[in-house]
Amino acid sequence: MAVPTISTPSTPRFSPVAKVSMGFVAVAVACFVFADISITTLDPWSEMKRMAWGAVTPDFSVVTGLGMVVVRTIAFALSGVALGALGGFLLSQVFHLGPVRWACASVRAIHELFWALIFLQMLGLSPLTGVLAIAIPYAGICAKVYAETLEEAELPALRVLPKGTGMVSAFFFARLPEVWVHLKTYTAYRFECGLRSATVLGFVGLPTLGFHLETAFSEGNYSEAAALLIIFYVLIASLRFWMRPKLVGFYVLGAPFLLGGGAAIDMANITRFLTVDIVPAPLRRGEFLDGQTWSNLGDWTWTLLMDQALPGMIATLLLTQIALVATGILALVLFPLISRKFFGPVGRSVGHGFLVVMRSTPEFILAYIFLQLWGPSMLPAIVALSIHNGAIIGHLVGRFSDEVRLRPDSPRGLNLYGFEIVPRVYGQFLAFLFYRWEVIMRETAILGILGIATLGFFIDSALADIRLDRAMFLIAVTAVFNMGIDILSRRIRSRLRLSTQAGRA
Amino acid sequence: MPSIRTLALCSAVSLLAWAAPAPIALADPFVFTAIPDEDESRLRQRFDKLADYFTKKLGVETKYIPVKSYAAAITAFRNNQVQLAWFGGLSGVRARNLVPGSLAIAQGYEDQAFVTYFIAHASTGLKLSAAFPKDMAGKTFTFGSKGSTSGRLIPEYHIRRNFKTAPGKVFKKVGFSGNHSKTIALVQSGAYQVGAVNFKVWQNQMKAGKIDPAKVSVIWKTPPYPDYQWTIRGDVGKRWKAGFIQRVRDVLLAMKDPDLLNSFPRKSFVPASNIDYRPIWDVAKQIKLID
Repeated sequence: MAVPTISTPSTPRFSPVAKVSMGFVAVAVACFVFADISITTLDPWSEMKRMAWGAVTPDFSVVTGLGMVVVRTIAFALSGVALGALGGFLLSQVFHLGPVRWACASVRAIHELFWALIFLQMLGLSPLTGVLAIAIPYAGICAKVYAETLEEAELPALRVLPKGTGMVSAFFFARLPEVWVHLKTYTAYRFECGLRSATVLGFVGLPTLGFHLETAFSEGNYSEAAALLIIFYVLIASLRFWMRPKLVGFYVLGAPFLLGGGAAIDMANITRFLTVDIVPAPLRRGEFLDGQTWSNLGDWTWTLLMDQALPGMIATLLLTQIALVATGILALVLFPLISRKFFGPVGRSVGHGFLVVMRSTPEFILAYIFLQLWGPSMLPAIVALSIHNGAIIGHLVGRFSDEVRLRPDSPRGLNLYGFEIVPRVYGQFLAFLFYRWEVIMRETAILGILGIATLGFFIDSALADIRLDRAMFLIAVTAVFNMGIDILSRRIRSRLRLSTQAGRA
Repeated sequence: MPSIRTLALCSAVSLLAWAAPAPIALADPFVFTAIPDEDESRLRQRFDKLADYFTKKLGVETKYIPVKSYAAAITAFRNNQVQLAWFGGLSGVRARNLVPGSLAIAQGYEDQAFVTYFIAHASTGLKLSAAFPKDMAGKTFTFGSKGSTSGRLIPEYHIRRNFKTAPGKVFKKVGFSGNHSKTIALVQSGAYQVGAVNFKVWQNQMKAGKIDPAKVSVIWKTPPYPDYQWTIRGDVGKRWKAGFIQRVRDVLLAMKDPDLLNSFPRKSFVPASNIDYRPIWDVAKQIKLID
């Protein structure tokens, strides 16, 4: 009568995924303790009321030449994305080379607003400034995504090619057709991002919607701001109606002519920027072979690192970790809004509309609005970042949840949510969230321009003092920091075996 | 896959379009800018009117381009994308330092003895005093733009001199509002308890009824210093006619239109020279805003 003993392996109480999740939440809570979070305006409600009133009384008449502003915004996005996609496509062909991979990683680690600030120094308010500010980081992003897509594709056609088929022919006839749809979809998505980027570039002076948005918000003309935002949403929402595949070529051809005039470009300014302005001051002033020069350079670097880079990095990291977890929580709350498992068609379209508005509004603009309302602290940034990113991830998870197959006797409502859907989409959700991690950090850094003490604050200060050497040094620090997060995120994803499919938002 | 080819072709053609030299305007207009120290719509009104005035008096097409930051104004001047600029004291010395040969040619009558007002929200209980108000230590404080003379340089100088330490150590929180209009709005709303503002903007907004004296008031006035000025590039004579600098200066000094002058607001424009701004340079160097 030997009873078979069931050996219970000492299973860990929590899965690795749960442990990592709890770890991140714990870190965020700890960051929260050190973060500067407060509402400093005495009467945020009166301003909020004025904003709400503005939102329901949009005034389209105030911006003169509004049509041209919209055309310019589209033209900047088109030109930037076309150039970026083309560059990215070419680079994706040599993406297996280490230096190319690194170069792409470093250009995309720098936010397009920083690129714009750099090009403003070299090219001034020339249209090329805006185009390159979008094209360069986008080329880095597209190169990576295109290369991964090409690599992951299943290529049955490649195997049946006759022997001796040239590489170029093989590429165009067997490889590219398989992935063409994916590339097209991704590039279309990039164009939507490009519209957001083009808009935000207006905040530093390019003639897009953002230029007028900044003016309207900073002067408290909320009816005008509302009108501009509505136009922006309509632009994004109507994309699939006017961005037809057949018209793309026509648009791209026309775009460069619609960017508007600008100052002429002077090679001397570019040369001066590259050979003088960004050279650290001690090197610029001292003798190259003088020991003193190098000791001055050491002091210069050390001071910059300790007084600016380090505090900036700490603030950036605090804000990023809090915003990451807040984004995750918000995404989990929001995704049912568009999921077939929870809402009917009517409810879902309301949910879609809501998420579109939330994710379309660039976080830079959201943060700007909340800063006006609550005064300077990390709070506006956290709310802005989590709303924008939470809506993006909520949208992706919501769509993913539609594919989950349920048993006929599955629970409903909250039980369905908590015991069935969330556990089953959780891996995918985490994958999306970790993909967003470096994006959130890049955005966090940029919010410093608005006055929150992240790396962007110090970069903006250096630029305000026309200390371009310091600005470039700090931008480089920001890029390296961002690449570090990217690597860490990839490690965690592969450790947890989180799917890398379709996570590129 | 014709669409790939089309796309590639289009991109290539567009590349050429960008690379090709920009179509050159028939006659290069004379372009000026100004530091964005106040609400942009105000500036636009003022400077568009002024552009018309210049065009008429100089006989050269003149254009104003608005910029979003003090640094952008300096950069545009340095890169010769504008040839004339209405700078503050600090932005002026920075710009002239970067562009050898550039000249301060005229300043507002009031700019010979400009003043910064320290303003405070009523809840602080701070009142106007002749002595530097040391009670403001521990409050929240906002400057104007990071690159402003009246909103940054001069107030920071007095704060450092009186407290013997950096503003960040004196106040609970230090911010940069971006411009003078915003500084007033932020202190009036209580978002910051104390702020530093250009006295001309303060007076102008007071006159316009935009300030509620029950909520915000002046607590200290700095000693006078030289501020705003028109700075012109030294090489404009090459592009237009010789003696162009003198003509621009004459046109500025001869400005009588009260409407135009009030929009600045200045009583009149008077001659200025680079040397007038030596004190600003020294102060900026002292508090390490300039190397």
